[in-house]
Amino acid sequence: MSGIKDKVAIIGMGCTKFGELWDKSAEDLMVEAFKEAIKDAGIETREIQAAWQGNHYTEVNVGHSALPSSTTLKLPFIPVTHVENFCASGSEAFRGACYAVASGACDIALAIGVEKLKDLGYAGLPDARHVMTLGTLYRIIWPNQTGPGAFAMMATRYFDRYRLDSKEGKRILAQISVKSHHNGALNPKAHLRREITVEDVLKAPIVAWPLGLLDSCGVSDGAAAAIVVRADMAKNFSPDPIYVKALQIAVDSGESLMYNQYDYTHVEPTTRAAMKAYEEAGIKDPREEISMMEVHDCFSITELITYEDLLISSRGKAREDVESGFFELGGKIPCQPSGGLKCFGHPIGATGLRMLYEMYKQLQGKAEARQIKDPKIGLTHNVGGFPSRAVASVTIVGLQ
Amino acid sequence: MGWLNPVGIPGEKAVANYDEDSLTMAVAAGMKCLGQIDQNKVDSLYFATTTAPYKERESASIIAAALDLRSSIRTSDFTNSLKAGTGALLSSCESVQSKGARNTLICASDCRLGKPGSAQEYSFGDGAAAFLIGSEEVVASLEGFFSVSYDFPDHWRSEFDKFDRTSEERWIRDEGYNQFIPEAILGLFKKYGLESKAVSKLIYPCIHPKEHSQLGKRLGFKPEQIQEPLYPKIGECGTATSLMMLVAALEEAKPGDHLLAVSYGNGSEALWFKMTEEIKTKGIETGIKKYFNSGRELTSYEKYLAFRGILPVETGLRGEVGPTQLVQAWRERKAILALYGSKCNRCDTPQYPPQRICVNPNCGAIDEMDPYRFSDKKGKLFSFTEDHLAFSLSAPQMYGLIDFEEGGRFNFDITDCEPGSLKVGMPMKMTFRRKYVDEARGVYGYFWKAMPIKE
Repeated sequence: MSGIKDKVAIIGMGCTKFGELWDKSAEDLMVEAFKEAIKDAGIETREIQAAWQGNHYTEVNVGHSALPSSTTLKLPFIPVTHVENFCASGSEAFRGACYAVASGACDIALAIGVEKLKDLGYAGLPDARHVMTLGTLYRIIWPNQTGPGAFAMMATRYFDRYRLDSKEGKRILAQISVKSHHNGALNPKAHLRREITVEDVLKAPIVAWPLGLLDSCGVSDGAAAAIVVRADMAKNFSPDPIYVKALQIAVDSGESLMYNQYDYTHVEPTTRAAMKAYEEAGIKDPREEISMMEVHDCFSITELITYEDLLISSRGKAREDVESGFFELGGKIPCQPSGGLKCFGHPIGATGLRMLYEMYKQLQGKAEARQIKDPKIGLTHNVGGFPSRAVASVTIVGLQ
Repeated sequence: MGWLNPVGIPGEKAVANYDEDSLTMAVAAGMKCLGQIDQNKVDSLYFATTTAPYKERESASIIAAALDLRSSIRTSDFTNSLKAGTGALLSSCESVQSKGARNTLICASDCRLGKPGSAQEYSFGDGAAAFLIGSEEVVASLEGFFSVSYDFPDHWRSEFDKFDRTSEERWIRDEGYNQFIPEAILGLFKKYGLESKAVSKLIYPCIHPKEHSQLGKRLGFKPEQIQEPLYPKIGECGTATSLMMLVAALEEAKPGDHLLAVSYGNGSEALWFKMTEEIKTKGIETGIKKYFNSGRELTSYEKYLAFRGILPVETGLRGEVGPTQLVQAWRERKAILALYGSKCNRCDTPQYPPQRICVNPNCGAIDEMDPYRFSDKKGKLFSFTEDHLAFSLSAPQMYGLIDFEEGGRFNFDITDCEPGSLKVGMPMKMTFRRKYVDEARGVYGYFWKAMPIKE
């Protein structure tokens, strides 16, 4: 098994501004991201040989099938596939495009992700039971749970297991949001662009105990796209292509929810995907080798446990790295240099590709005020569903 | 309450939680009544109520399913009269006497609505009682009964009415209450040659504390012979009233005691029980007394109105209810109504919902599962949250992961507890509740929730 490493390169990317884009449709956003991506890649639409479209709330959003992207972008009768895998949907679209190129089935492929959350009328994501993401039986037997609540239960466990009183625990989590807001304030494409303080986070209204409003990511609209080609062709298109080092997805087997051994202070699929991704990318010591990352901070607690799940911080010790500034923009592994989901919000289908866009720009040295010094390896991570019933993706990209 | 029509009697009334109704309370009473008794020994279930959630769709069969009774049983709803409770009890006794059933479970439960501001709103309480009727090892035996039936329009509710309508109270007192109850008691005395002094406790409903004691006195009963009404403590609980008072009397009764349980409603029914020696060894396991102080005070009248669906409240999008897939709900009825999961034959891992392939990563056996019931299992709270984003009539919505003591884990709504009271590791048990009401399609969604075990 040789894996994906260095077989595929990104030659162009596009990303819209994220936010409450009341006057823009999902189609507008797709066109914007696509336009930037093909311009960046220096190609025309007719050169694209296959495409993958990521979108989650299909039936209340762009509609079923891949037709929404093919007809909006006028993709010329090529194979286009719609993918949905919870919050990893954007990363899943990227994986499809990369696998197609790596297999030799095509040379140039498009991955595009879009979500128009603010058309749905909800503050936060719609309840899973309403849109049946958990299947119809779950609508009857699943508790009246929201996204924040599912992740709040992880904070409850984490605090209990590592003997943090809720005040201390909340203070650690608050620093994660403060860090992301600092970065987001520097990013013109971010939705929320203001600095916040630990006190702001602690004073914010509770959404689902112990998580408050500023422990939660924003809710927004957005789209992002990537053009990938065979690695050996990349330099024909772009002077600074970025290479795919690893693409991993891990989906829970059901044991986290139904078998008593899961501790609910981590997300097992993340660790499984990370271990495979490091192997695929040839990374021996992630703490030393990874230059930067964009992880799935749907909530502050998710980011905290992800540091541990990605084997960057050891179990129960992530707080030490938070407190030492390890993940800040000037730290050893800057995390969320873009501002993260915290400042971008989480238009589900777009998020994975939006994170990749930040890694791509950073590796090319085009991240302006947020530029990290000489990054070589960037990692993106998504976790979708609930901690006990999750889909995780880990994508690693880097210089040649 | 009582701000428009003050009743002038101090006391409390029991109010069912927002996720309870007469059906769920019947399940709770039925579960406690059965205790450790094998539910397969129950041959029929009778349910008495005037407040069934459905006009057409039998409550007794939903209760039977929740209690995991066999399907080869007889179920029936006794309804439309406040004497339906004693009616169901009497019919159960007759079923057993005639050998039509070995054991019959009877649940009486009511959650009646008085119009806001009315005396009924003030005096109605929510409550349920359950009895297991059999012929072996009984604690009390039915010695006789006497029934009187009248179409007495003291109160009524037609299909157009949400609330109980009532006639003039003095007329009800003089022509109904003070006539039918004595008629049933005296009828019973005459039929069996019984005298008031032989009765240890006389049990009959209360419409007014003063009237209640006067009635017994007029019949020659001493105050100590009259079972204390539950009225000032929990209110009048409809079909369950006399039966709940009977439970209270059983808790105090000694072998050889004679108890007279009398109902009032469209006439009256008097049931004569004699206590056996079994009461000494068996006792009344759960009883009623310990629940008097177990309630939580509901301080918000607005909340009460919202719980009972009287006051429309803003639910937001999250409070909207989608369609219930009844085909699926029927197919999965054991998993939904009796909380059945599965247990792996090979590795003994209980799992919910039922799986065909074992969830234990070290097992993975395919189709080696046995049905496994979780509703009667205790557990510990593994994690939880208080969710202010989810819509709940009793916000914040609480839910958490329950680790069952004998294995298995699932995520449940948590009910009957105060915000701020949950702790990781707390002992929990399961309770059958109304999870949602789909008013647009007339469907009640029943399922199990977790609740802290009160010590």
